[in-house]
Amino acid sequence: MSAQWANGIEMVRAENVVKRFGSLTVLNGVDLSVKRKQVVVIIGPSGSGKTTMLRCINHLEKIDSGRIYIEGQLVGYREQAGRLVEDNEASIAHMRSQIGFVFQRFNLFAHITALDNIIEAPIHVLHQPRVEVTERAMGLLEKVGLTEKARAYPHKLSGGQQQRVAIARALAMNPKLMLFDEATSALDPELVGEVLKVMRQLAEEGMTMVVVTHEMGFAREVADRVIFMDKGVIVEEGSAEQIFDNAENERTRGFLRSIL
Amino acid sequence: MFRWDIVWQFLFSGFIIQAAWTTLWISVVAQFCGVVLGLFLALMRMSRFPLLSGPARAYIWFFRGSPLLVQVLLLWDGLPKVSNNVLLLPDFAVILVAFSLNEGAYMAEIIRAGISSVDTGQMEAAKSLGMRYALAMRRIVLPQAARVIVPPLGNEFNNMLKTTSIASVIGLEELTGTAEIFGSPTFSIFELLIVVTFYYLLLTTLWGFVQSWIENRLNPDRVTKLELKEKKSWTERMIGLGSRTGGGTLASRR
Repeated sequence: MSAQWANGIEMVRAENVVKRFGSLTVLNGVDLSVKRKQVVVIIGPSGSGKTTMLRCINHLEKIDSGRIYIEGQLVGYREQAGRLVEDNEASIAHMRSQIGFVFQRFNLFAHITALDNIIEAPIHVLHQPRVEVTERAMGLLEKVGLTEKARAYPHKLSGGQQQRVAIARALAMNPKLMLFDEATSALDPELVGEVLKVMRQLAEEGMTMVVVTHEMGFAREVADRVIFMDKGVIVEEGSAEQIFDNAENERTRGFLRSIL
Repeated sequence: MFRWDIVWQFLFSGFIIQAAWTTLWISVVAQFCGVVLGLFLALMRMSRFPLLSGPARAYIWFFRGSPLLVQVLLLWDGLPKVSNNVLLLPDFAVILVAFSLNEGAYMAEIIRAGISSVDTGQMEAAKSLGMRYALAMRRIVLPQAARVIVPPLGNEFNNMLKTTSIASVIGLEELTGTAEIFGSPTFSIFELLIVVTFYYLLLTTLWGFVQSWIENRLNPDRVTKLELKEKKSWTERMIGLGSRTGGGTLASRR
């Protein structure tokens, strides 16, 4: 494994990740590897642990055992005398600042405009000059097709527009990895396309992405690798063709039958 | 017999204006200290560490659970006693400390409710962008909580202006104390109470204007036409017609 980091190929590595909520085991030994510039799509029924897995990658959830690495660096923990100790707040925050996270419910900052949402973290976390950040933010708004909404407050935007601003907000930090947590699940059907378009464009530009989604068409089209999760474990993974057309596992086939 | 001439004599007299000023500045300082104290207590109370939340709970329990008048007297009478007359605070300091400590407990609960009203996704989004707790709280959560905090905060300050009358029991010359001082010897306490009532109403009314202005400022889309129609006038707010929460509707709408 260290060989792969040495050539800088591997972006995310999860080893035997276990996560429990009380007595419920949500992740039961998940191994995952995402290579640089890869787009990995995680599918699976609700309650399968895919969202939790994504949240563990940037330590929005603590894990109960196992290891998660980003570019060879342990996420959220330090190893001390063979035991894992939670990292200090500053290191966790620093690690998160390099990972973009897009939420199902957008979570735009409700009290400030779209533009201010985008420039907030670059100015106050990365301490970049406001003029420069604003210029870059306007570029990102153009990229997601919302230049004219720069001064609009989140509640004046449609769900699709909010989510595109949220993607621009994450991109403003120049992340090396983007995590998408069911980014289109809260949208009206006619608004899904505009968000997927932005995500597709990002994938084409070579962004490393881990995407949890129910959009199978998008998965088939964009994914370098598809992972099917069920009941807290990875049941099957492979290329989009392998999973969608020739799934070996009965659970995978059952799931795909139920939704397609 | 009621004597209007005494009312007129005192209405704009220097003593009363001086007393009104005392009432005002004690209220402002105590409220300010209460808000600052309340913010820290609220954050402590919400902490997942029992070492922080426990003391905050106990504090709030004590100061909300006993009368302010008793707290004032405890400090005024008790502090010199337990410290062998080392801690002899001047009267106004006793009042400021007691009022601030008491107000802190109430503000803690108001601020806690305000913070809880902000969707947890806001804090998560801030964290996902690399913001630390304190920064996220200051830049993202508190500004949104403010819209929920300000209406009850205004209520608290309105109360504070009037509650300062308790200071009269230890002889502080705020409005009520002054009324007693000038009213008692001449058997015209009623006339003096009319005068100070006028000043209390004046202060709370002026505060009503300030509060409306602040609430309007905190409204991200300011006032749309619809809201302008629905918005309560200041008379409704001051006299208390309409909903009991008064200013709360502006923040809780949407």
